[in-house]
Amino acid sequence: MTAPLILGIESSCDETGVGIVRGHELLANEVASSVDQHVRFGGVVPEVASRAHLQALIPTLRRATAAADIDLSEVDGIAVTAGPGLAGALVVGLAAAKALAVALNKPLYGVNHLIGHVAVDLLDHGPLPQPCAALLVSGGHTSLLHVRDITGDIVEIGATIDDAAGEAYDKVARVLDLSYPGGPVIDKLAAEGNPKAIAFPRGLTAQKDQAKHRFNYSFSGLKTATARWVETERLAGREIPLADVAASFQEAVADVLTAKAVDACEYLGVDTLLLGGGVAANSRLRGLLEERTAEAGVTLRRPRPALCTDNGAMIAVLGAEVVTAGRRPSSLEIGADSGMPISTVLA
Amino acid sequence: MSLILGIDTATDVRAGLARDGRVVASGAVEDRRAHAEQLLPLVQRVAAEAGVSLSELTGVVVGVGPGPFTGLRVGVAAAEVLAEALGVPVRGVCSLDAIAQAWADEGTAPTDFVVVADARRKEVYWARYRADGARIDGPFVTSPDAVPDVALAGPGASLTGREGVGPAVLDAGLMAAASDRLGEVGLEPLYLRRPDAEVPTTRKSTITTARIGMMGPR
Ligand SMILES: [Zn+2]
Repeated sequence: MTAPLILGIESSCDETGVGIVRGHELLANEVASSVDQHVRFGGVVPEVASRAHLQALIPTLRRATAAADIDLSEVDGIAVTAGPGLAGALVVGLAAAKALAVALNKPLYGVNHLIGHVAVDLLDHGPLPQPCAALLVSGGHTSLLHVRDITGDIVEIGATIDDAAGEAYDKVARVLDLSYPGGPVIDKLAAEGNPKAIAFPRGLTAQKDQAKHRFNYSFSGLKTATARWVETERLAGREIPLADVAASFQEAVADVLTAKAVDACEYLGVDTLLLGGGVAANSRLRGLLEERTAEAGVTLRRPRPALCTDNGAMIAVLGAEVVTAGRRPSSLEIGADSGMPISTVLA
Repeated sequence: MSLILGIDTATDVRAGLARDGRVVASGAVEDRRAHAEQLLPLVQRVAAEAGVSLSELTGVVVGVGPGPFTGLRVGVAAAEVLAEALGVPVRGVCSLDAIAQAWADEGTAPTDFVVVADARRKEVYWARYRADGARIDGPFVTSPDAVPDVALAGPGASLTGREGVGPAVLDAGLMAAASDRLGEVGLEPLYLRRPDAEVPTTRKSTITTARIGMMGPR
């Protein structure tokens, strides 16, 4: 059997993505982002995102089929993000995917967005050694996964108990009067700062947290500590050393993310760690993770940065994987599952 | 020869088919919260009922509201993508117009009437029509008190405290049959309201106690 030709649609947050793959081969990955429309709100506004998805849908679909140089009638199946994400945004992609499936008389696969962030690496590095561990870090999610079978057996062994790492970046950026989204701007500033200038707290790393929270994360305390430090300095009339604050904050985030991920590999007895999600593009996180996985003898896999942020190709390749594994298509009656658990790969 | 698919999600979930201006199938799922789940299965059912394949379609017409936004977007996205995949044109029409036209086509519409739909938050969507179904005012979103004291139709008529005398729901088969006679309003849903969003203006203080300065620069 030749590898399936799958079109994937992503609309869980503020990117409208349409990707086309043949098995593990990337043919098209077109993304329209509404991030500019959310800047003045300092975060994603669901209604604004949903309106933008509808506007971007057909142009993005056309760009993708043109880039892949295929006709829609050639596809073997339609994959779509069924969740988790913003309900009102998800239903736009879901309606589009169902319409394609019905019009073309092809099967529909409603897949889990988070697992798409893992699957996308197949496009860059081929089959995944299984089992392996995966660290997913983005604006909306921070989790540690035990990937036993990407098409049906994934266990979340840890997650953030409050803010996602990306949210902490956005909030700290706001405190520092920097632009939204916070990740790239803090990363850039941090390059010129001293990561040891300020000792910010590392959430859930104390001995007492090990029993219950060995693999969980917490960024709320770090966010508050950073904001407090900045405010105290401002009240004292001192100038804020922006680069040092950014570097110290970023170091605290990267330190705890990487330490727990490497610990998880050891605990699970796996020798491969996959880094995914939008924050995976962060230079310090990548650098520190490279160091620490090398020390631990763990192979680090990470997709190219362009594939780390939300896109349709990650949904398409997960769909292709699910098709190849012979999983049954989704019902045309599936709904958007804004809280879709990571244990559910396919709706 | 034409075969038009009509879709409307401005209130509940509706789909219908018309061949050469005559209704061949029409269906509804009377659920105001299951557009994403029910619309495409309904489209398949009406096609099966009419004994046609969607590949025979010559056009798609979709009601673009006004109505609740999330449901509207499901209908518009589905209509646009169906048309794109089948290589046929898609027209967006005002959902209130489709109800008005159906009443006019019955031949019983009064000289001056209003079609009303529920806009939630104690408001209604409405537009005003002549006996031939031509829209002469609206659509608006207002308090029910602002609806003119003329004959009423549409799913929100009773919200004005008066009774509707015209069609209470949109029939997607009739909308498909009347597609050519309904004014095109584009494919952007008729939102009539701006998105709710607050722009953060001032920085909130994060200092809640006097215990500050515990982590100064080293
Ligand atoms: Zn994501």
